[in-house]
Amino acid sequence: MGEDAESPKINHTFLRDYVTEADVISTVEFNQTGDLLATGDKGGRVVIFQRETESKGDFEEVGDTGDSGEYNVYSTFQSHEPDFDYLKSLEIEEKINKIRWLPQQNAAHFLLSTNDKTIKLWKVSERDKRPEGYNLKDEEGRLKDISTITSLQVPVLKPTDLMVEVRPRRVFANGHTYHVNSISVNSDGETYLSADDLRINMWHLGITDRSFNIVDIKPANMEDLTEVITASEFHPHHCHLFVYSSSKGTLRLCDMRASALCDKHAKLYEEPEDPGSRSFFSEIISSVSDVKFSHSGRYMLTRDYLTAKVWDLHMDKGPVETYQVHEYLRSKLCSLYENDCIFDKFECVWNSSDSVIMTGAYNSFFRMFDRETGRGVTLEAWRESSKPRAVLRTRRVYTGGKRRRGDVGVDSLDFTKKILHMAWHPAENIIAIAATNNLYIFQDRVNPDAHTQ
Amino acid sequence: MINTMECVADAQSLISISLMKIHNSRTQRGGIKLHKNLLVSYVLRNARQVYIKEKYAEIYRMQQYEEVMTVCNEIQELNPLELDAEDAEDEDLARTTCCGEDFQRGSMKDPEPAYYRSCCMEAPLPPCDQLSVNINTHCNKTTVLDLDTHVVTTVDNGYIHQDCCCDAFQCAQSAQAPAKKRKMDFGYCTSDLDELQDFTTSRKRLRREDCVYSCQDFTDTSNISNLISIFGSGFSGLLSRQADLEQICSKQALAGLGAWTRAIVAF
Repeated sequence: MGEDAESPKINHTFLRDYVTEADVISTVEFNQTGDLLATGDKGGRVVIFQRETESKGDFEEVGDTGDSGEYNVYSTFQSHEPDFDYLKSLEIEEKINKIRWLPQQNAAHFLLSTNDKTIKLWKVSERDKRPEGYNLKDEEGRLKDISTITSLQVPVLKPTDLMVEVRPRRVFANGHTYHVNSISVNSDGETYLSADDLRINMWHLGITDRSFNIVDIKPANMEDLTEVITASEFHPHHCHLFVYSSSKGTLRLCDMRASALCDKHAKLYEEPEDPGSRSFFSEIISSVSDVKFSHSGRYMLTRDYLTAKVWDLHMDKGPVETYQVHEYLRSKLCSLYENDCIFDKFECVWNSSDSVIMTGAYNSFFRMFDRETGRGVTLEAWRESSKPRAVLRTRRVYTGGKRRRGDVGVDSLDFTKKILHMAWHPAENIIAIAATNNLYIFQDRVNPDAHTQ
Repeated sequence: MINTMECVADAQSLISISLMKIHNSRTQRGGIKLHKNLLVSYVLRNARQVYIKEKYAEIYRMQQYEEVMTVCNEIQELNPLELDAEDAEDEDLARTTCCGEDFQRGSMKDPEPAYYRSCCMEAPLPPCDQLSVNINTHCNKTTVLDLDTHVVTTVDNGYIHQDCCCDAFQCAQSAQAPAKKRKMDFGYCTSDLDELQDFTTSRKRLRREDCVYSCQDFTDTSNISNLISIFGSGFSGLLSRQADLEQICSKQALAGLGAWTRAIVAF
């Protein structure tokens, strides 16, 4: 893709844009221990980062575990390729929609990655030893001439350079007619669910040629369609419970013990609409873009366009906490509709102790809310303003009152810089923020933050 | 009650933008996104509701204004000089409207030409009479393929009168036509009639609309009225000038709202 020196008038900017587009990170996920961090991008690639365990010389304080906290690239592989559905004449994007790690059971790591149609199980294993001293084969693997063998030796394992191998172990194809938006591994360690716009399927990790359909909200007549499934997740402890969110802003908790098909929910969580705030875009901004169970399993966190809400599983009348992420955008919904930003799907995450929730916003801002105090902070994931090991300073969007230095006006927000995907380390205060094609990793330590791309 | 003061864009431009989004989604990589198009259809429905309400209120105001002007006219007939200037207006009005003699009689300046034109299609159909004929004579049968079950069924199509000189009976009939059939009523295009029921195949449906769109300047908000009249017969009920018919037709218009919503949702 180099530039042609003989025809300088050719504009190659479209090539630059194309390359960048494929690098846009579309999902981020820590594994259960937090040692591995996987990212998926629009080009169908998965990059796995591993946390460094050796403490570096110039790090005086490295924390209790002795980890330096730096994440370095561990492995990269192409998970999905662009595909084409000939029956429907549809191109299937290779963009990785979600990655979920399986709980580790042996030395290898397993993860599920999905695009719009196909889910794949990948095995990530290390090889740092190799057998040497074969009797019948030589170093290159060629068969030896038997007459030259005079003695027997036992092959020994010798250490070698670390090699990370990634191999596809299962391909779960043809399970979905519509676009897959979520996958979730069950706490039983054997099954997982995948959700598209209208259906949720349950798979066994070992069986690829069939799946159980557990939710189907497709109406008999497509013209009667009023809502779609936007996200779904298994309960972290109860293997029979799962939740799915809809475009109408409702959550449905389903119990698989009740019936094989969970169209009828066990509990419906819905907040009554405020009739005074009705607008052209009421339906759009109430659509839930992400739902996450708390680690305790007692609460659910949802994100819609302007707010993040915490729901108590025991109360279905409404959320127990509501956090305004960027309320100043409510008056701008018209222009956000025109430039399609109103359709952005923000994710939300819990911290390890379920005391803090975090979600993204525009202008490379992301927000954290402390549940105990109800207070929120705005932070920025932007290369220019945060050098490695610099302390993140809080930012503010100016919405009236006294203007402070560093405040950003609503009209100067850059809506192309959106923080949609993020992850929080399962045990420590380490967060991974995806900002377009950059990955930021921040840590809450006495020593300043690490920063990688 | 939708708060219409929210932003600068009015209902018409929102409708225009929404239709453009649905149209563009055909060519997006990865296929039509069901969720996004569903949300866009909600905006479309909301904007349409506001648009109907505004137009209805306007008709009512216009009707009252006309009654006043009629009285003034009778007084003005005593002064012949003013009539000549207004004859040209009348001819224009006669060419572009086809509803009833009452319009032609009106000597006032047409304050909202876009609105009156909405009751007929533009240039291609100047004579009034044609509109009273059913345009949609081709779309009688539809073959639908459900992509999930792979079942092919053939359905008989009802069709909707595009007649803007509505009478209550036509309105009633068309409003009661099965909701599913409303989408079929694109009188301009005789292109591919195969309809695939599944949402992903609404691209063919959109292709038919494409013909419609290409006939008009898509971004011209004054032509939104035309597009809306293509989409639903309920609108024609709003154009009647007789008070009782108006009431009946407006009820049909409101009844037609739900069906039209469903038609758009099927994208």
